[in-house]
Amino acid sequence: MRHIISIRDLNRGEIDEVLDQAQDLQTHPYNPQALKGKILGLLFFEPSTRTRMSFASAVARLGGQSISMDSVEASSMVKGETLADTIRVVSGYVDAIVLRHPKEGAARLASEFAQVPVINAGDGAGQHPSQTLLDLFTIRQSMPLEGISVGLLGDLRYGRTAHSLAHALSLYGATLHTISPKGLELPSGLASELRDGGTEVIEHDDVLEVVKDLDVLYVTRIQRERFPDSSSYFKVASSYRVTPELLAGVRTHLVVLHPLPRVNEIDPRVDRLPYARYFEQSANGIPVRMAMLLRVME
Amino acid sequence: MKGGKDARKGLFISPIENGTVIDHITAGEALNVLRIIGITGTTQESISVATNVESGKIGLKDIVKIKNRELRKEEVDRIALIAPRASINIIRNYKVWVKKGVEIPAEVIGIVRCPNPGCISNTNEPIQSCFLVQAKGLRCVYCDWLISKDITSHIM
Repeated sequence: MRHIISIRDLNRGEIDEVLDQAQDLQTHPYNPQALKGKILGLLFFEPSTRTRMSFASAVARLGGQSISMDSVEASSMVKGETLADTIRVVSGYVDAIVLRHPKEGAARLASEFAQVPVINAGDGAGQHPSQTLLDLFTIRQSMPLEGISVGLLGDLRYGRTAHSLAHALSLYGATLHTISPKGLELPSGLASELRDGGTEVIEHDDVLEVVKDLDVLYVTRIQRERFPDSSSYFKVASSYRVTPELLAGVRTHLVVLHPLPRVNEIDPRVDRLPYARYFEQSANGIPVRMAMLLRVME
Repeated sequence: MKGGKDARKGLFISPIENGTVIDHITAGEALNVLRIIGITGTTQESISVATNVESGKIGLKDIVKIKNRELRKEEVDRIALIAPRASINIIRNYKVWVKKGVEIPAEVIGIVRCPNPGCISNTNEPIQSCFLVQAKGLRCVYCDWLISKDITSHIM
């Protein structure tokens, strides 16, 4: 039985397989009944709009169905049921489980108790492999993944998407440029792990130092709750804002990505520039999640 | 009977009739070893502890003797985390009955608590903590947290 829990569990060949299949699904006719008769269980113990909807859409496009809990409040969790029991029970109802949970490692635990495949759709500050795969997929639509220069901008400490992406890009020999507010830097353990693995990780104080040398600029949200007060938040957030002026003179093929939702990190005027790819990125969630579902359910 | 050495001769602290002698403990770790195997001020065992004893093998060492208790395999594994060169001698009737080294296991299950408060292993789920032993330290299989130093303070 295959689970997809962490991008760390996939080697480069397996990542390429998923991306190739997603590309096929996006560009060629596919069997719309490939998952006919299959039911996907969407277990979201935390709010999510796009991840949940895109998994539901992906399974529907392949002829399968999805069922979900109404809300955490309506679930047995409020009665004190363990996740392990919930997973064992739901395993009897569905053919695969997509799980989002506030605790890190929840999906790994679920995979130990499930009788069906588990896909991690985000576990606390931990892993979110489908996001990483669609990030890679979007970059690959514009350029080969080998040896590219990627800027990671924003909250790199708590931003799980940046961690997973950094790890995945290291498999492709990328150079990583990190630009983050003080206190929100890439965790030192992760940075040294990447460096030990041969990846060049370069820290910058200012995105202006490096933006003209980038192939990809990956922007993440700086969360207000990480700051003691609003004024210190706005001061920091404004200095990490991507604007058309910042992007003057960048490489013509630069791709600007953001896992969304954005708040103020990207000026809406950037949306009209050719570099802005974050809405395509979001839409790419469908073929990528279709490919993931086929991988574990077919 | 295994072993034949008369344990009453030439030892720094008094011999025990039955129980366990943990020898070649990294100097200064004896009290942590006791904590790891769950011996605290409230338990009943008779204990002798020697610290910073001269040892030809490792310079200085600590020794612990526990009367009337034979350590089990999982207890020995716990010790390996902080005293990898320790040796365990099971004593019966003043004789070394079994002598074994400690081995750092590939996985450490149910011994170390994950320091990450957001980790699922720190909840009421029916799982034990589980760490992979890696060159840089212990990595939680659930949340990927790496314990690279002061492992002792995370032992349950």
